[in-house]
Amino acid sequence: MTGVALLDQHLLSVLIALPLVGAALLLFFPRGGDGAIRTFTVLVTIAEFLLSLAVVARFDVATAGMQLVERAPWIPQYGISWIVGVDGISLWILMLTTFIMPITILSTWSAVVKNVKEFMVFMLILETAMVGVFLATDLFLFYIFWELVLIPMYFLIGVWGGERRIYAAIKFFLYTFVGSVLMLVAIIALYFHHHAVTGVYTMDLMKLYELTIPVKLQGWLFAAFFLAFAFKVPMFPFHTWLPDAHVEAPTAGSVILAAVLLKMGTYGFLRFAMALFPAAAADWTPVIAVLAVIGIIYGALVAMVQKDVKKLVAYSSVSHLGFVMLGLFAFNLQGIEGAILQMVNHGVSTGALFLIVGIIYERRHTRLISEFGGLAKVVPVFALCFMVVTLSSIGVPGTNGFVGEFLILLGAFKVHKWYAVVAATGVIFAAVYMLWMFQRVMYGKVTNEENLRLTDMNGREVAYMLPLLLFILWIGVYPQPFLRRMDASVNAFVTRFEAKKQAALAGSPPGETMLVRYFDVKKGGAR
Amino acid sequence: MIAPSAYLLLSAVLFGIGVVGVVARKNVLIILMSVELMLNGVNVAFVAAGSYLGDAAGGVFAFMVMTVAAAEAAVGLALLIALYRLKETIDITELKVLKW
Amino acid sequence: MVNGILDYLWLVPALPLLGVVLNGAVALFAERPLLLKEAGLPLPGGHGAHGHDSSHGTGHGDSHGEHHEAPAYRKLVAFIAPAVVGAAFVVALLCVLSLASRPADGRTFVQVLFPWIQAGSLLVPAALQLDPLSSVMALVVTGVGFLIHVYSVGYMSHERAFARYFVYLNLFMFAMLTLVLANNYLLMFVGWEGVGLCSYLLIGFWYEKRSASDAGKKAFIANRIGDFGVLLAMFLVFWTFGSLTYTEVFARVPLLRESGVLTTGLATAITLLLFLGATGKSAQIPLYVWLPDAMEGPTPVSALIHAATMVTAGVYMVARSSALFLLAPDTMMVVAVIGAVTAIFSATIGICQTDIKRVLAYSTVSQLGYMFLACGVGAFTAAIFHLMTHAFFKALLFLGSGSVIHALSGEQDMRKMGGLKKYVPVTFATMFAATLAIAGIPGFSGFFSKDEILWQSFSSPHGSPVLWGIGALAAGITAFYMFRLVYLTFFGESRMDPEVEKHAHESPWTMTVPLTILAVLSVAGGWVGIPAVLGGSNLFEHWLAPVFHPVAAAGAHGAAAAGAAEGAVHHSATLEIGLMALSVAIALCGIGLAYFLYRVRTGKPAEIAKKWPTLYDVVYHKYYIDEFYEWAVIRRIVNISTGLWQMFDALFIDGIVNGAAGLVRAAGDRVRRLQGGVVGGYAFSLLAGAVLLVGYILYRSVVQ
Repeated sequence: MTGVALLDQHLLSVLIALPLVGAALLLFFPRGGDGAIRTFTVLVTIAEFLLSLAVVARFDVATAGMQLVERAPWIPQYGISWIVGVDGISLWILMLTTFIMPITILSTWSAVVKNVKEFMVFMLILETAMVGVFLATDLFLFYIFWELVLIPMYFLIGVWGGERRIYAAIKFFLYTFVGSVLMLVAIIALYFHHHAVTGVYTMDLMKLYELTIPVKLQGWLFAAFFLAFAFKVPMFPFHTWLPDAHVEAPTAGSVILAAVLLKMGTYGFLRFAMALFPAAAADWTPVIAVLAVIGIIYGALVAMVQKDVKKLVAYSSVSHLGFVMLGLFAFNLQGIEGAILQMVNHGVSTGALFLIVGIIYERRHTRLISEFGGLAKVVPVFALCFMVVTLSSIGVPGTNGFVGEFLILLGAFKVHKWYAVVAATGVIFAAVYMLWMFQRVMYGKVTNEENLRLTDMNGREVAYMLPLLLFILWIGVYPQPFLRRMDASVNAFVTRFEAKKQAALAGSPPGETMLVRYFDVKKGGAR
Repeated sequence: MIAPSAYLLLSAVLFGIGVVGVVARKNVLIILMSVELMLNGVNVAFVAAGSYLGDAAGGVFAFMVMTVAAAEAAVGLALLIALYRLKETIDITELKVLKW
Repeated sequence: MVNGILDYLWLVPALPLLGVVLNGAVALFAERPLLLKEAGLPLPGGHGAHGHDSSHGTGHGDSHGEHHEAPAYRKLVAFIAPAVVGAAFVVALLCVLSLASRPADGRTFVQVLFPWIQAGSLLVPAALQLDPLSSVMALVVTGVGFLIHVYSVGYMSHERAFARYFVYLNLFMFAMLTLVLANNYLLMFVGWEGVGLCSYLLIGFWYEKRSASDAGKKAFIANRIGDFGVLLAMFLVFWTFGSLTYTEVFARVPLLRESGVLTTGLATAITLLLFLGATGKSAQIPLYVWLPDAMEGPTPVSALIHAATMVTAGVYMVARSSALFLLAPDTMMVVAVIGAVTAIFSATIGICQTDIKRVLAYSTVSQLGYMFLACGVGAFTAAIFHLMTHAFFKALLFLGSGSVIHALSGEQDMRKMGGLKKYVPVTFATMFAATLAIAGIPGFSGFFSKDEILWQSFSSPHGSPVLWGIGALAAGITAFYMFRLVYLTFFGESRMDPEVEKHAHESPWTMTVPLTILAVLSVAGGWVGIPAVLGGSNLFEHWLAPVFHPVAAAGAHGAAAAGAAEGAVHHSATLEIGLMALSVAIALCGIGLAYFLYRVRTGKPAEIAKKWPTLYDVVYHKYYIDEFYEWAVIRRIVNISTGLWQMFDALFIDGIVNGAAGLVRAAGDRVRRLQGGVVGGYAFSLLAGAVLLVGYILYRSVVQ
């Protein structure tokens, strides 16, 4: 098979394999040659990004289902296959992953000097795992990639992290692992349920979609998936691993964590939890919407009083991801498209924020807000970048954050009016904590002598920040190319969601849903 | 002819004495000897049962146990000497740390 | 269809954007390295230069005042920035003229630039709309904006970050023009938040000053609270009307009204939320607190953003949504009452302020209150009319005060002024004209617009004599504090610092020419709206009629609203003239009082302050509203947040998490003890296990 044919027919598989091959090749590099190792890794990730552009080029806007699908039997006797595909839901998250990787690698140039080779190997393995998560449409395959992500990330935090890195790494690992194990149980249960109904063992997501699962079973399975994804998102009150992990992780780790890993949770909700168990998802909506809204407000309030910039950004992530969850559980086109767009937006702008923090941390070796002040005068280019990213995080119109938040709130407002109203106050708080932080770091007089010696961003730093700023403005001013490619898939999702939900409810005795029954009982009591 | 139950009783008594020795004594040497006693108690039972049932397996097992007992005694005593050199004691209650 | 010049409408916002790009490039590539070098800071990439520069660094602070020869880039910026705005004004003017040549009912031109956001039924284009209302706004914004840009060239000539300033200023023009020219609520919101952002950047322009960056932040956050309302209003509008485009929304009003979808309650909710946004942007009670602090910004910024244009955006938005507001009588009442109360409330604060710019700031809040009073009684034309005249005379007042401050090397305290008339004659003459205008002296622009509002607030079906009374009283107070300002600043003995007095000088032509032009407009700007009762033709009302009347006529309350706009018909001309005379008399009383207190018996104000110390103190401290907010809101939120973080996050959730880990650890600790290393113990447990096992087997065999 020629190379062209390989790319032509197995584009997605190549996309998954390429970083892993890169990691394997990296093992042959001599330990001392850090420069060569870094350059090679950047080239691999850039090649990966260029390759992923081919996915966009070949993506058909009108197709709702999976595209560029590849399937190969893997463990056929158990119905496990290698199935990968991409649709409007995963396209931009995949692109975000491949886009953010070269940027992240570039940012480690001078930040990671210890065990460079191992670091880069872990980064590339991580990329394979992340790309795999977003492309896999076989549950077993998905689960493997899902867990594979944990391992390199655990080491990235635990080896290259800050002072309390061991605590943070273990906390990160255990937290997310607890959820995933329950998900594994649910996957197996679903697998046997499919066999019980159809007589076929399969892990193929598209086949599992076709099931109409009894409402009661849906409830339990959804609960297990919910835990796995809620830990990852992270939703309030499962979020406390995030600030610790972010603070202790090296800059590159934080960027990947914020930009991509958290999206695995929200993506998981959309692709698996909501799509497989629509009746349960609808049933759980009050709980999830409330938690999302609490997360929005809580994250914002707690972010406001942080003293460490990285912790502040970490809590702001809790708030932003709350918006995404609210959008997803609006179950309408605006809400879900807004949520997907906001996943990308959060990846770009929070990723950029962590890079920004990394840039000053590299120079000053502190992230305490009180250590800074008056930087705008000393490092004007940095100030400009910081400002744009801050505005994007606040969601000022003209930046990407606004489009996402607006669509989410618009969608949510239709179905959960009061939740959306409360969530919208998060927009105010976002301005408060971000601007306050910006003021304390950038404005005022330079009070600390050390800050006078800061150097502005160098060419490499500008080079990796510029694409992020570009996307911040692009998505803000002209989001159409992004939204248009989601339309068909999201539309199909919404339609199928509603149909499947009705089918499940019709097929089960009334009163089977756990929560609605509970609420009904309460209501009945009140009456 | 002596009844099989008498052999089994002897076997049990020997085994019991061994057990008491292992559990109650502090001297590792005595404990090792008590283990030998227990093994030999079992041997008596094997041989008696073999003879009673007319099956050679009982005798075979007794020989098996004896070789194992010999190996065990050799390794055990070697360890004991190494232990004594290091700690200058063979009191089992003194030797309770799991690593050093 | 060929629309001639109107096809170039997009140039109006695009030109200032071009200015942003060009000046931004200058600021980034020419000004930044220079400023860093001046401050003795390291340039990126040039590590070698570091030590060399910093050795010179300390000397530069002193040479700040002295004028080096202006670098070429400054001249470039000084040309580009005003030029793009001037060009935008010309294009806007040509477009408006082209629009005016159309028949009255065809004066709505929409230019769709590109589809912006599409998601399901949500279709929001980036589209511009020029109609009589937005053309008034566009002309005021670009016209006054151009003058203020020119003025800024002179005023900011000593400023080091010259290019950065004009980048922000041009960016503001772009945002403001987007706001007024947008054809839908969402695009308007882009401009709406965009101007808020520029306001933030410009208030905090001198970011090294703590109070400046604080004020900028306060402005942004207060505006955000308002924006929250606008956001929710947009959601309601979209899910009610299925569109955010003005023309579609307003066209669907009658239909939805009939079908019962658009209930009065819903209309009230939408309009109240919109009005919440307006109170933020246009500094009304309860969100007005940011505007006085906004005076921390450079004075031309105060003139442009915090007097003439941005703060009037709320009025524009309410007027734009008049079709909705007219459906909600409750909202109309709220708007009118808030407007009237704000007008008188902030006017009283203005009496006691000593900072010249703060007096003007409170005056602006007060005048904006008038505009909302007009909106609230359904006199949208009057509101826009006053918006326009106010833009002229208040911009002039601010620019004049800027000229005074410029002359006095930065002094803003009126107690350290006095007798300036002879030093800055042009500034004095122009500012005096503006003062007459704001005081409502017949013939000046402010008279016509203010009297229109007062008359409408009396005669319209939404109005009442009480509203008229409050308005008239506020007008009197306005006349009083404005003349107080003029007397303290320009008349009497000099109270200046001798050192400052030596340098007192009239401003350069770049500043005085805009002053003069604005003075002409302050005098004559009102003549386009002379009411019929005074023999005028009220051109202004006829121009805006297509915007306010057809929509008004369509709603259920339409008849009443249309009546409101022509309310004068139902009342006698004598009454109108009489009230006019009465309000002029009240204004004259205010002027007389000011003359008495600050020219005749100059010791009297201090005496009065002594006589009622508490009252004076409360008014001087702006009724302690800032302190109240600080105590009631900010402190609470910070405390709650800290509590949440330290109690809930660190203690509760992490307590559970770490507790679970601790539980496992403690269990392990217990279990560990079973394996203490005592061989006898192992042997015993072995034995015990064996005995139990054998016992169990025996027991089972016996039982069965």
